[in-house]
Amino acid sequence: MSGTVPGFLSPDAPRPLLAVRDLCKFFPVYRSGLIHRRIGEVRAVNRVSFDLYPHETLGLVGESGCGKSTTVRTILRALDFTSGEAWFDPAGNGEYVELGGLSAKRLKPLRQSMQMIFQDPFASLNPRMTVGQIIAEPLHIHRLASGSELDDRVDEMLLRVGMKPEHKSRYPHAFSGGQRQRIGIARALIMNPALVVADEAVSALDVSVQAQVINLLDELKQTMGLSYIFVAHDLCVVRHICDRVAVMYAGRIVELAPTEELFENPVHPYTRLLLASAPVPDPDCQVVPPPPGEVADAGALPPGCAFGPRCSECGGACREAAPDLREVSPGHWVACVCR
Amino acid sequence: MEPNVLEIRNLKVSFFSDEGETRAVNDVCLSVPRGRIMALVGESGCGKSVTSYSILRLIQKPGRIVGGEILFHGRDGRSVDIAALTEKDQQLYDIRGDRIAMIFQEPMTALSPVHTIGNQLCEVLYLHRKLSRAEAEKQVIAMLGRVGIPAPERRFRQYPFELSGGMRQRVVIAMAMLSEPELLIADEPTTALDVTIQAQVLALMKELQHDAGNSVLLITHDLAVVAQTADLVAVMYLGRIVERGSVRQIVKNPLHPYTRGLFQSLPGMHPRSEKLPSIRGSVPSLLDIPAGCPFHPRCDFAQAGLCDCGAPPPETVLPDGRSCCCFRAAEMVARFGGQEEKK
Repeated sequence: MSGTVPGFLSPDAPRPLLAVRDLCKFFPVYRSGLIHRRIGEVRAVNRVSFDLYPHETLGLVGESGCGKSTTVRTILRALDFTSGEAWFDPAGNGEYVELGGLSAKRLKPLRQSMQMIFQDPFASLNPRMTVGQIIAEPLHIHRLASGSELDDRVDEMLLRVGMKPEHKSRYPHAFSGGQRQRIGIARALIMNPALVVADEAVSALDVSVQAQVINLLDELKQTMGLSYIFVAHDLCVVRHICDRVAVMYAGRIVELAPTEELFENPVHPYTRLLLASAPVPDPDCQVVPPPPGEVADAGALPPGCAFGPRCSECGGACREAAPDLREVSPGHWVACVCR
Repeated sequence: MEPNVLEIRNLKVSFFSDEGETRAVNDVCLSVPRGRIMALVGESGCGKSVTSYSILRLIQKPGRIVGGEILFHGRDGRSVDIAALTEKDQQLYDIRGDRIAMIFQEPMTALSPVHTIGNQLCEVLYLHRKLSRAEAEKQVIAMLGRVGIPAPERRFRQYPFELSGGMRQRVVIAMAMLSEPELLIADEPTTALDVTIQAQVLALMKELQHDAGNSVLLITHDLAVVAQTADLVAVMYLGRIVERGSVRQIVKNPLHPYTRGLFQSLPGMHPRSEKLPSIRGSVPSLLDIPAGCPFHPRCDFAQAGLCDCGAPPPETVLPDGRSCCCFRAAEMVARFGGQEEKK
């Protein structure tokens, strides 16, 4: 399926690289025992819509279990769509392809243009492969290069991520966490992708090394013309690296805005709670402890707005239907009845 | 000056393997004053957890305390050198889990999956207070209520898997607080938690510490958590303490080049267009600690011939009470001393 995308969020904006519309991913829940009857579903991702523009970094933030990782994994078709669409324009020429409906065979060439950087640099590299083999594997799979050309591309990529070509013959265990993450980045970028999904790519790193990797990601974005979806829970990192930020709660995007607008002028009560809870490295600026409450269970959502039970402003209208995203000011979208 | 509840003097902990001796903790001196929250900060592998484990003598083979003293000054006026006790000493059993308790990092692994919450918590009181079942249950339910667990009577009979991560961490805190310890060691108590839950748990820890007047040794890598929670801070690098002082001194105006680098590399305090300052290179292996100042290969202020040879720099105590282990401490003071860190 290909063609133009129906219903952009903002019609005047430039053509997005990726347009996600009403994406849903539900996981069935079965009763344990002999008869596996379906007794419910976990709504991990629920009607998520957003656009990603070329050369943009879009942050996806939220607490664990909010569906941010499931969202990006579904878009990359590591998981199948329950419903919804994701229109992808890898060449930037307006020929959109709908990822959700593609067969595995038609999807494979597209996978070159969408790559992923994983969270844990210790689990995401095969310990039995050398660094050279790890970085060259995507080229082998897509039969894009062989022989000396392949070697050259691997060497070039290693230099680009700040490592040396002689590291090629070593195994991952010989490297520190930061260096391993550089290897993971090299493996993702050797395909020259248009879209890179970084799922908590710097969360496992120590502060001093984390700064190096953030700088590297920023630099590669400039030089290679990449677009990132940056999944993270660390709000300071997101504020530094992202152009726009989407906040997720219980499977839905509750607020989407340009980074500074979101941090300076948060509108949704959950965004406010999240920003107020993040500790600040300043002893004179004490965080007010938030009211007790826990993240909603995506398997048993309350009726209406999922944040309702924790929200101080929750009224009758909140319990009727889950609110959709509404534009409160140019480019600033909020899903809340009260605002 | 308040009396210290804990004094660590020249503690050395090593791990022995085929590759040689790994000096995880090297000549660490640390005092925790009564009624204060002391934070021990550093990146992974700096020896902060090993220090905390050795206070309760939880270092396992091939690791061993090879030198130093860990003096515990109890409320009863008696002092015990924990490092000198044998593994089976009754005094160690009296201290561990009772007068010094610990909150572990992973609430998933710190609790037994096959015992109910109630049974696990009552064990503390059976062991250390010799209470009857009914009395213990009453106290445990009261404590579960205090740490903010709704419906504690029901939770008492549940298993850890039935609780969320935040609830489990509250249970672990309740377990540590049950014996009203004089010193509470919290090893990365909020690292596994989400920010909203982290803020709740930190507020709870501070409140309990304030009410009970006990001391806390907080082990963490999160500088923001330190700034929010601690009174005093010690920064560790490669098994040594490099700088210590009050939280305001360390956070607002760090002097040691490593501490300065750590705070400067925090994202979120710089304009987006700017490159994030970072410490070059990565933490060296503990098997291969550089000579001289262990930080010199990554330091922007390192001076050849001074910083890169001989013994590590001694501790320099500055007029404002803090201390800094740097060969060029005097110059660092002259350079950055008076200046408040820009926010």
